[in-house]
Amino acid sequence: MVDIHFVRKSMIEEQEPPVATTGVAGWIRENLFSSPLNAVLSILSLAFIFYVLSALLPWIISPTWAATSLGECREILAGHEGACWGVIRERWLQLLFGFYPRELYWRVVLDFALLIVAVAPVLFTGLPRKMLVFSAIYPFLMPWLLWGGSVWNPIAAALGFVLGYYAHKLAKPTLGSLAAVILAFVIPIIWWAFLSGPVVDALASVLPLITLEGVESRNFGGFMLSITIGVVAIAISLPIGIVLALGRQSNLFIVRSLSVGFIEFIRGVPLITLLFVASTLLNIFMPPGTDFDIILRVIIMVTLFASAYMAEVVRGGLAALPKGQYEAADALGLDFWMAQRLIIMPQALKISIPGIVSTFIGVFKDTTLVSIIGLLDPIGLSTSIRADQAWNGVVWELYGFIALMFFIFCFSMSRYSMFLERKLQTGHR
Amino acid sequence: MSEFAVERQIDRSQMEVSDKVAVQITHMNKWYGTFHVLRDINLSVNEGERIVIAGPSGSGKSTLIRCINRLEEHQSGEIIVDGTELSSDLKNIDKIRSEVGMVFQHFNLFPHLTILENCTLAPIWVRKIPRKEAEETAMHFLEKVKIPEQALKYPGQLSGGQQQRVAIARSLCMMPRIMLFDEPTSALDPEMIKEVLETMIQLAEEGMTMLCVTHEMGFAKQVANRVIFMDQGQIVEQNEPNEFFNNPQHERTKLFLSQILGH
Repeated sequence: MVDIHFVRKSMIEEQEPPVATTGVAGWIRENLFSSPLNAVLSILSLAFIFYVLSALLPWIISPTWAATSLGECREILAGHEGACWGVIRERWLQLLFGFYPRELYWRVVLDFALLIVAVAPVLFTGLPRKMLVFSAIYPFLMPWLLWGGSVWNPIAAALGFVLGYYAHKLAKPTLGSLAAVILAFVIPIIWWAFLSGPVVDALASVLPLITLEGVESRNFGGFMLSITIGVVAIAISLPIGIVLALGRQSNLFIVRSLSVGFIEFIRGVPLITLLFVASTLLNIFMPPGTDFDIILRVIIMVTLFASAYMAEVVRGGLAALPKGQYEAADALGLDFWMAQRLIIMPQALKISIPGIVSTFIGVFKDTTLVSIIGLLDPIGLSTSIRADQAWNGVVWELYGFIALMFFIFCFSMSRYSMFLERKLQTGHR
Repeated sequence: MSEFAVERQIDRSQMEVSDKVAVQITHMNKWYGTFHVLRDINLSVNEGERIVIAGPSGSGKSTLIRCINRLEEHQSGEIIVDGTELSSDLKNIDKIRSEVGMVFQHFNLFPHLTILENCTLAPIWVRKIPRKEAEETAMHFLEKVKIPEQALKYPGQLSGGQQQRVAIARSLCMMPRIMLFDEPTSALDPEMIKEVLETMIQLAEEGMTMLCVTHEMGFAKQVANRVIFMDQGQIVEQNEPNEFFNNPQHERTKLFLSQILGH
């Protein structure tokens, strides 16, 4: 018979784990050399990384910062391989601002500093909610600072929204909600299209309060152009995308067909085609003499393009929600818009965060395509910099700098999305 | 299956059936496409009644109570809830929905909101009650279903039984006059069924008008004042529980009862 009788005489104290499983040694063992295959792969990878860096670093660390032309770089390097960084030192302002007047750079810098202030309360809910007031003002401030002109322009633009709001509020009790919604769209459009121009001119001549020096769109360029197009397209494409996604799920046949038609058409056409339409074709349809700003046209096209993709990403989030969520919202007496705002969208958008941010990053990088229709984004500028006798032949340094700048923006977006996902985590469902 | 839902005596002092009609359904029909799910339903529910609807799966019992708050649309006949007729008029629908509470098989709590927010959302946005007051009401009902200490957690952190009790509290926060239960215990483990039934019985003891689709025959025997048996989209038999269980009339009822009770 087995003796199963056992009584511990003394309790065992807690002990340190074996050295090989903790600390640096433990980490290396666990992550790099946990099996023979893993060890071989680790060594090969490390060798590869060493090989790449040993070729790249000497090229990057190159004493050519002060050079004023490619020829000078070659003299300094004296036959060795190396980058010619003089081009970045001399032209980095141009890569950031394009041909924006040098004495007005402060307006662009101020504009993007204010952009951070305006976006911060949207991105981080910990900040005071009162900052959102500035976020609402910023969309009108931004174009005024960039393009200049009378202060009445942004005020007139904002007034359109105020008119729409009051049209809706006043018309709803007397004319019904559908008529009110239609009026809320029609009245601002009439205001912007026909009335605001003359009114602004009149006001500007009577009360010339603050008038900033105007800057023409063809002087815009560099990262400032990419950021302007990218930020506007990103900010507007999300709400349009949500509306399109809802439209696609609507029970109303016309609404659904229009949404599907729009999404499928835009997704079925390359962005380049849309940009060509913006740059050439659109002018043919405009009444002769109208000056419809090229950057505005491009922004509209990029926004529409992004919206179609956004709609499909949001639709994916909507499809992932269980039907019970809609039913629970209905059963509690929430109407359609309340249910969407409070129950459906917070969850659907949370599910779609990775897709939404991917689309954002894609849109931002796609702004480089505007170089093809002649706008001087960083890629377009790099070509024009090479047209200069002094820098003819410099390729990698410019593209490397542009890539680094894009990487900083896109990587920040990616990190933010991961922060957001962690923050919105509310335990397993 | 145990004989009774809870071992204790039921307090019947407030369980009064008034002669005021709460729900009136006349000649109601519903189709899913060409499939005739509900056939000529006639049902009158008085205030204070506790009705259990039983029947085999696919008999249309869930669909019936989902028609009462218009989660499903009926195609002919009339449904009058608390004096308001259910038609395609959105105003009527929202009014009825805010007066009729519903508890689902899968709880359907909002996973992105805390328990307290789940309970205050509809009172704040639909009833326009100030946040503070809504939170007090919510805590009152959470205490009633015995989980006030979970108020700041998220639904995903609670057990099934706790979630279902939150779902009941969430409905009660809207101060409904009628409560609909759609198989509230079918997705729960046996030990959790008990805590949910206890909550439902408390509610019945306070005189709530209840329509319950459930397979808990113990609950039906102890609490219901009327049991309705449905099969193939029609009401086959209805009776008070004693008669229903001991002296079923229709062949289908007998078959059903022998299947779920006789082992």
